[in-house]
Amino acid sequence: MDLDKAREGSRLGLSQALSLVENGLPFSTEEEGDVIGITGAPGVGKSCLVDQLAQAYARNGEKVAILAVDPSSPISGGALLGDRLRMESADLDDLIYMRSVATRGESGAVPSVVADMVAVLKECGWKRIIIETVGSGQAEFRIAAVADTIMLVEAPGMGDAIQSEKAGIVELVDIIVVNKSDLKGADETAANINSALSAGSKSIPVMQVSSHTGDGITYLVQAIDEVADSGISRAQWQERLASQWMRKMSHHPNLDSILDKLESSQISIKEAILLMEGKE
Amino acid sequence: MATPLRIVIAKPGLDGHDRGAKVVARALRDAGHEVIYTGLRRTPEQIVRTVIDEDAQFLGLSSLSGAHAHLFPRVCKLLQESDVGHVIVFGGGIIPTADRPALFEAGIKAIFGPGTSSNQINDFISTAAAKDDAGCGAESDWHWGD
Repeated sequence: MDLDKAREGSRLGLSQALSLVENGLPFSTEEEGDVIGITGAPGVGKSCLVDQLAQAYARNGEKVAILAVDPSSPISGGALLGDRLRMESADLDDLIYMRSVATRGESGAVPSVVADMVAVLKECGWKRIIIETVGSGQAEFRIAAVADTIMLVEAPGMGDAIQSEKAGIVELVDIIVVNKSDLKGADETAANINSALSAGSKSIPVMQVSSHTGDGITYLVQAIDEVADSGISRAQWQERLASQWMRKMSHHPNLDSILDKLESSQISIKEAILLMEGKE
Repeated sequence: MATPLRIVIAKPGLDGHDRGAKVVARALRDAGHEVIYTGLRRTPEQIVRTVIDEDAQFLGLSSLSGAHAHLFPRVCKLLQESDVGHVIVFGGGIIPTADRPALFEAGIKAIFGPGTSSNQINDFISTAAAKDDAGCGAESDWHWGD
């Protein structure tokens, strides 16, 4: 793959390289970068928050790339990618690159090609990368496979994920953001989250911001840099491993024939697994 | 499954009517394409930036404000200047018949007005995708319809 144009700053070169990787060409890099994963239920304001963060980095003269993931339809394979709707800064500022990514039939909120797309961005000089997840389901935390820092976004009046004790959240999340701090109830939501967290051993900063007014964004940018050095936890390694495992499965050369055999009851699941491991 | 086409649906200029754009976006999604919707009131420069960043093969422009005669050719010109003349551009909305020849001349390959079925749009997409001279910068006077 020819990355010369993209390395020299051509957006078109970068876009075309990302398409090649998205369509299945493997890519990896030794280049370092800071990858922030943003997750949270639909409607908490993830896209607006990403827009504000990207603008904050651009104001500091820093380049920032955004990968916004939306689900593909399992029936048609098509997808409606609407994140640009709330990220207008992305098509105005040369320091911001934004790309919509469809899940293309992979389960999980972050398709495994995203890791390779991140590698292309790093290789082409985009060191600060924000990934916005689909925003629903346990598989959201597959983001840990690619992100160095994971931010969970909550909003007042919606109930929060921490209280419902979704398994694994606290082990994986680095920062919790209560968005829409300009609305009534934000203090209470933040207090509830803090009290739920106090039962555990890990200390996670809870920040209040408003993507609408821009309040608190500067502090959030600082907090992201402070937690960035905390290293990769065991739970994160587990997600990384799971993601690569999934990829190995979905790209297995005999996947189709094994599925055919399963469908026609020629083999059992146990036998299918042996076949995938090449032991049969 | 074949690689989906990436299609940007955009609303250029000062026009708040996006029902048509959204219906078209859904129809294209249901036909198996990846559709990126820009949202309202985008400038031609923003739309071209979106097409480049998203590496789209098609761009659909929707206008109901009467400014199509200025905005559509401007988008086509900017696409050509940005080395993405391969992108296939189509338009929709309230576009009087008398205005259409100039838009085709500028590089727009199809105009869809009220009453268009989603099948017609999908037929255009698959026909144009199979051609190698349907881009807005191609030296060809081919366009959809008569």
